[in-house]
Amino acid sequence: MSILINENTKLLVQGITGRDGSFHAQKMKEYGTNVVGGVTPGKGGQEVAGIPVFNSVAEAKAKTGANTAVIYVPAKFAKDAMLEDIAAGIELIICITEGVPVTDMVEVSRELRKTKIRLIGPNCPGLISPGKSKVGIMPGHIHKAGPIGVVSRSGTLTYEVVDNLTRAGIGQSTCVGLGGDPIIGTRFIDVLELFEKDPDTKGIVMVGEIGGEDEQLAAKYIKQHIKKPMVGFIAGKTAPEGKRMGHAGAIISGGDTTAKAKVQALTDAGVHVVDFTDEIPSFFKNLL
Amino acid sequence: MKIHEYQAIQLFKNAGMPTPGGEVVSELAQGLTVANRLGYPVVLKSQVLVGGRGKAGGIKVVKNEIEFKEHFVRIRALKIKGYSVEKIFIVPAIEIKKEFYAAVAIDNIKGDVVLIASAEGGVEIEETAKTNPQAIKKYYMNGQKTIDPTRWPEFIGSVFPDASDQKAATDILQKLITVFFTQDCSLAEINPLVKDAKGNWFAADAKVNFDDNAAFRHPDLEVLRDISYEDSDETEAKNLSLSFVKMDGNVGCIVNGAGLAMATMDTIKLLGGEPANFLDVGGSSNPAKVLNALKIILRNKNVKSILINIFGGITRCDDIANGILQARKELNIQVPMAVRLIGTNEKEAKEILKTVNIVSHPTMRSAVEEAVRLAKKSVG
Repeated sequence: MSILINENTKLLVQGITGRDGSFHAQKMKEYGTNVVGGVTPGKGGQEVAGIPVFNSVAEAKAKTGANTAVIYVPAKFAKDAMLEDIAAGIELIICITEGVPVTDMVEVSRELRKTKIRLIGPNCPGLISPGKSKVGIMPGHIHKAGPIGVVSRSGTLTYEVVDNLTRAGIGQSTCVGLGGDPIIGTRFIDVLELFEKDPDTKGIVMVGEIGGEDEQLAAKYIKQHIKKPMVGFIAGKTAPEGKRMGHAGAIISGGDTTAKAKVQALTDAGVHVVDFTDEIPSFFKNLL
Repeated sequence: MKIHEYQAIQLFKNAGMPTPGGEVVSELAQGLTVANRLGYPVVLKSQVLVGGRGKAGGIKVVKNEIEFKEHFVRIRALKIKGYSVEKIFIVPAIEIKKEFYAAVAIDNIKGDVVLIASAEGGVEIEETAKTNPQAIKKYYMNGQKTIDPTRWPEFIGSVFPDASDQKAATDILQKLITVFFTQDCSLAEINPLVKDAKGNWFAADAKVNFDDNAAFRHPDLEVLRDISYEDSDETEAKNLSLSFVKMDGNVGCIVNGAGLAMATMDTIKLLGGEPANFLDVGGSSNPAKVLNALKIILRNKNVKSILINIFGGITRCDDIANGILQARKELNIQVPMAVRLIGTNEKEAKEILKTVNIVSHPTMRSAVEEAVRLAKKSVG
């Protein structure tokens, strides 16, 4: 099994006629993802790599039975693309677009709260259940089906971790890139819960970075709810401290956003935290 | 983008909020004219885009011209966290009766805009948040851009128990919320929000940060940018869609993605080297980006080796390889390089690199090890 996407995923690609949209629509299709349609307003009736293009998500959904959508539209149109998916009742939305204004995400979050729809991203690499479905921009060939769930706030750093696992012969159930923006649809805790419940996921890798308090919140959750073995990696130990201003951020989070604090929180929660990405496979080799 | 207090105060004033008035100056003679017009006592407030200016001696109430001259000259010569004071904001001193705190910000976890207010305003607000969190009240906007009349009375009453204060406070807070949304802020803060002895209200200090992702909606705000706070290389990199931060080491690095870039820097350090910079070429990189990145890195004379670590996703490795080729043609690169390209279009990239005898490292560790070794060899 896997989480969130599998062989039953029927995917729409929003922004399919753009440079990135068309390139990755083709890559996803080649990987074996069931890409049922694309959406670009005004370009309905065209085809991209043999994929039919529709004018709206509602029309595409009605004609193809799509249940998942991936967004490659420019930042200024990303909010409308997400709202269109929500209105059409798409079950899972993945927003790859980076640079979405935060107040736009506040609006999207408000609409999401009224539904059971899940959003991943924005500003994320997407997710992949190796051998079944790939929704996003990650290179498919570095993945291999297997028992390890990977969840990360980063894009390319996730690939690095996956590449190390695959080279060591350890496959992945699903790899999820959450995205690096302040407001994102899905956070560590959401994915950890899904991995814990998935019978085919035997171990979990969590990749965090400096800033925010998500790793600490995840650590609290792990302590109480996660029984599966976990490895952690935190990026940004050498990053220069940001110049901060104003007190609101500290008042809201109240937490320590440094790499050191995150490593400590995860270690205290029983996560095996490593310094190098290539130390991750050996932890699982002993277990599997 | 961060702006200075005097600019934020102007923004608040334009929105109809009560501010103490005042003027920003750079020169003593101008300052004296302003102070004479406002009448003593006045407050001299250094304008720097870093916190802690009060503790650094950058704020001073002066009672007369002699004190004004003394402290103006002193503050103007200050360096606060490495930044010199170029401008001083001169405002009339207010006879403070009560100080409050108010801010509109984003609560990332809740995905909502939150108004935060406290009757315990002033510089110790963060301390209050830790020691007496009940004194900090939060009002979530629930995705709306205006206050909800059914929930508002309870909130305003919890911060301003005195009924006579509630009308003025509501008016100011509503305007603060409006500024936050209309200008696409990531923070709009008043600290302190002051009630004076006569019962007048003032936004006595202001902090505003804008959401850079929304800059396309606000071309007019660009004039508020203080470029003296931006390293010229960092600004240039930004204009070229590169994310660059200079550091003290000697291993220059070009990486795609902030997470991998940070992990690469960490690995350099753990393997005995020192990173010279953070540089994220971002996604969808075209060959020109690599050329530009190399130009910026090579300007730093401390750089003794260059590490290119690319894991292609949306970035295509062949674009990067072509960029390396182009840079070798156009720039006279004397610094040795360690390259590792993997991921999307990696095969094509390796073919391209073969034409100039560059072999891509199979792993991040081996590429970092070589870059560190090359830097050390060059230092001797």
